[in-house]
Amino acid sequence: MASVNDVVIKIGTVNGTGSASANGLLRKAIFRMGIPVVGKNYFPSNIQGLPTWYEIRVTGKGYQSRSNRVDIMVAMNAQTYAQDMAEVEPGGWLIYDSTWPRNATLNRPDITVIGIPFSRLCNEQFEGARARILMKNIAYVGAIAALLDIDLEIITGLLEETFAAKKHLIDSNMQAIRLGYDYALAHVDCPLPMRVEAMDATAGKIIIDGNTAAGLGCMYAGATVGAWYPITPSTSLMDAFRSFCSRYRVDKETGKNTYAIIQAEDELAAIGMVLGAAWNGARAFTPTSGPGISLMSEFIGFAYYAEIPSVIFDVQRTGPSTGMPTRTQQCDLLSCAFASHGDTKHVLLFPADPSECFYTAVQAFDLAERLQTPVIVMSDLDIGMNDWMIPELEWDETYVPDRGKVLGAAELEKIEKFHRYLDVDGDGIPYRTLPGVHPKGSYFTRGSGHTKYGSYTEDSAAYQDVVDRLLVKWETARAMLPKPEIRYSKFNKMGILTVGSGDGACKEALDRLAEQNIGLNYCRVKAFPFADEVKDFIDQHEVVYVVEQNRDAQLRTLLINDIESKQAKLVPLLHYNGMPINAGFVEKRVLEEIAKGQAA
Amino acid sequence: MSYIGKPKVTHPGLPRNKLGLTSRDYEGTVSTLCAGCGHDSITAAIIQAVFELGIEPHMLAKMSGIGCSSKTPAYFVSQSHGFNSVHGRMPSVTTGANAANRNLMYIGVSGDGDSLSIGVGQFVHAIRRNLNMCYVIENNGVYGLTKGQFSASADIGSKPKKGEPNKQEPIDPVSTALSLGATYIARSFSGDKEQLVPLIKGALMHRGFALLDIVSPCVTFNDHEGSTKSYAHTRQFYHHVVDMDYVPPAEEIKAAYNEGEAMPIQLHDGSTIVLRKVADDYDLTNRAHAFKYLRDHFEKGEICTGLLYLDESRAEMHELMGNIDTPLSELPLDSLHPGSQELKKLQSRYR
Repeated sequence: MASVNDVVIKIGTVNGTGSASANGLLRKAIFRMGIPVVGKNYFPSNIQGLPTWYEIRVTGKGYQSRSNRVDIMVAMNAQTYAQDMAEVEPGGWLIYDSTWPRNATLNRPDITVIGIPFSRLCNEQFEGARARILMKNIAYVGAIAALLDIDLEIITGLLEETFAAKKHLIDSNMQAIRLGYDYALAHVDCPLPMRVEAMDATAGKIIIDGNTAAGLGCMYAGATVGAWYPITPSTSLMDAFRSFCSRYRVDKETGKNTYAIIQAEDELAAIGMVLGAAWNGARAFTPTSGPGISLMSEFIGFAYYAEIPSVIFDVQRTGPSTGMPTRTQQCDLLSCAFASHGDTKHVLLFPADPSECFYTAVQAFDLAERLQTPVIVMSDLDIGMNDWMIPELEWDETYVPDRGKVLGAAELEKIEKFHRYLDVDGDGIPYRTLPGVHPKGSYFTRGSGHTKYGSYTEDSAAYQDVVDRLLVKWETARAMLPKPEIRYSKFNKMGILTVGSGDGACKEALDRLAEQNIGLNYCRVKAFPFADEVKDFIDQHEVVYVVEQNRDAQLRTLLINDIESKQAKLVPLLHYNGMPINAGFVEKRVLEEIAKGQAA
Repeated sequence: MSYIGKPKVTHPGLPRNKLGLTSRDYEGTVSTLCAGCGHDSITAAIIQAVFELGIEPHMLAKMSGIGCSSKTPAYFVSQSHGFNSVHGRMPSVTTGANAANRNLMYIGVSGDGDSLSIGVGQFVHAIRRNLNMCYVIENNGVYGLTKGQFSASADIGSKPKKGEPNKQEPIDPVSTALSLGATYIARSFSGDKEQLVPLIKGALMHRGFALLDIVSPCVTFNDHEGSTKSYAHTRQFYHHVVDMDYVPPAEEIKAAYNEGEAMPIQLHDGSTIVLRKVADDYDLTNRAHAFKYLRDHFEKGEICTGLLYLDESRAEMHELMGNIDTPLSELPLDSLHPGSQELKKLQSRYR
């Protein structure tokens, strides 16, 4: 196995030992050599003591998804040694801490096992248990640097940036790097046949997780009220918003905040706060995950019927129930699309990576205010918490926020009487007013039956009039939402259709299949309700493979339901074990389905 | 049934407040509650209080949940914005609304089912935040709309119309609020407008969380003999502890008080609450004392009423968060981000 800039390194450590910063250092160093990387964190729902892994895929071709192979395993956790060893690709390498004898009964003749006495080296060099544990992590970064031929200058530079204010930490970290680096140089034939080499593929790129990008988007969109209840994997979204606000949202004159973050008592309260704030004219949002959506459902239905703009981020995790909180899935598509009792349906937006998290966050506020309805941004743990390479984010200075149809004091002064739910323009979107602006703007917001004038009703015709008008609004939304990404060639009879974080794996699989002379067209939906282009795409193909990350083919159900697609031509390709989907899976499943079709 | 508007005929001689409005301007639609319902008397007291305070109707936000009590915001101040939310969730909606616009005055109307059962979580957390609002619990001990089940405020031994007396401990909103640090706590009775109107005024003008627990008999399901929330029972065991008058800013305290009897307390907006103690030994600024007094008298079967606790010193939600004085909803969006150059700069840490 020899390659340049195409290698997967996986590091198995114990949760809570400070390995995250060491892994980040390694990932950044490769990125700074101009080489695209993908960083995936597989962590337990635990604070300290359980196994955790970090996977760095070095991908000169700039692929976005994880790989389904491991070339170099750094097995620092004795507890998972057997499992880690089993995962290494034949011809690969396993690095372990040789301070203690390894389990001799475990062996694989088809891989190379490299022992480096990380603990002994660090125990000799550093004082104190905590420092020794932390430095052991830094030392394996040094060893990998030697094995892969990573530029030590770059690592030094990164440490200097990180510890600019603490010179002694730069020195001790560099010492630890050298311990691993020098030992590997002295005892192993470095570099390995799989190595890295500087290239120029990361200019204008950053590495960021989706939750940070979404939090940044909320700040740029002008969100002033964020209400939330902590839940993995959405928590870091609010953490990011808070961090950006503490830097950019403190009024210079008074030193006071121009934002309010409220940690609610539960998700029911979090969404209630969002609705109260949005009703009052603020841009308000809440980040949550599947269990939070379940709790918020009653209020989401209220917001649909009372027509209150609201932005919800669902960073999906593996269900059902508590499920696997630190694993990924796209399992809330149906529960979000139809959240709440009664006839309700909601606008969903599907970012595919952190870049889209940023821009979609801004767009979500515009759409929520334009459409006066909840807008749910469907992210997931893979997008939200993993490290993705994306083009540097840009802010369009000409951006004008869409605040929707809001009547101000001057407009209210001119009209004789304001009616909250009248469809004046024929697009199904009524005008709204904000409290405290003008006495004529007052109306009564309610989730009970109401007429188009806004008053309480139990009259059949008056009730139906309003819920039918909401369907007009639904079609207005369909035309207004982001269009799908489509790659089309008339020569292809088959298509792949996916959503969100399935994007990277599908595109890479398309490349692999093309190499085998199998051509498929591609469609990635970006919003629900689906644009007409999605229906056209399905109509144009004999078979469409619907790739999604849940057991029950929820996207496929939505397609059948929303655009009346023919069930038979939509073939589900489902990945739902909690790990992010990879290209190998998509490739294999497409080939299997094609073979099945040929056999029939 | 649809809502019923009231004819707008105003007698030219009706008194007008400082805005030139009459009390008719503070009315709502016709109540659809049962004749004799305590809630309607509270609605009338709210109308009188906001009329006399001269509150601009569109600057008042009326918040509620679900239940008989939660219907009542439709029955007062039609020119105010109302938000009739979902069951037990009025506090969170009000929290968000207040976070967005601190310039409005918030009155939340809830019931004992809405606040002490389904919504008890939101009720207690709004208190902890010292949310600046007037929170009214129209407390009748039963669920009216579902025909007479006990609520969590039903007293031990209180008899339902049919079936067994209540055996579970009641939740007392007043002592709950005391333990959680509410800053204005009062109890009253829907049948005592003279006491109620000044208490509502004080609660609206107080900066912070003001709780009004108002015994409000349900004439249909809980006004019979053996009920501890009936008109007859409440009148019999009703006990004034502290009465108060509300004096607006810049108005002289005119009423005559005996020396030593009246104690004025200034509120943040410059208005004054003048306390008239009925029970000499009651100290409404001492939480521990108030708690013990109220508990002792509860055990004697007395219903202590009046302004029972007041703390004007504690910061409300926005002050606790360090928020700007301007309502957040009024900040121009383009003033809320640092622009494209700074976006470029801040991303250096992601390289």
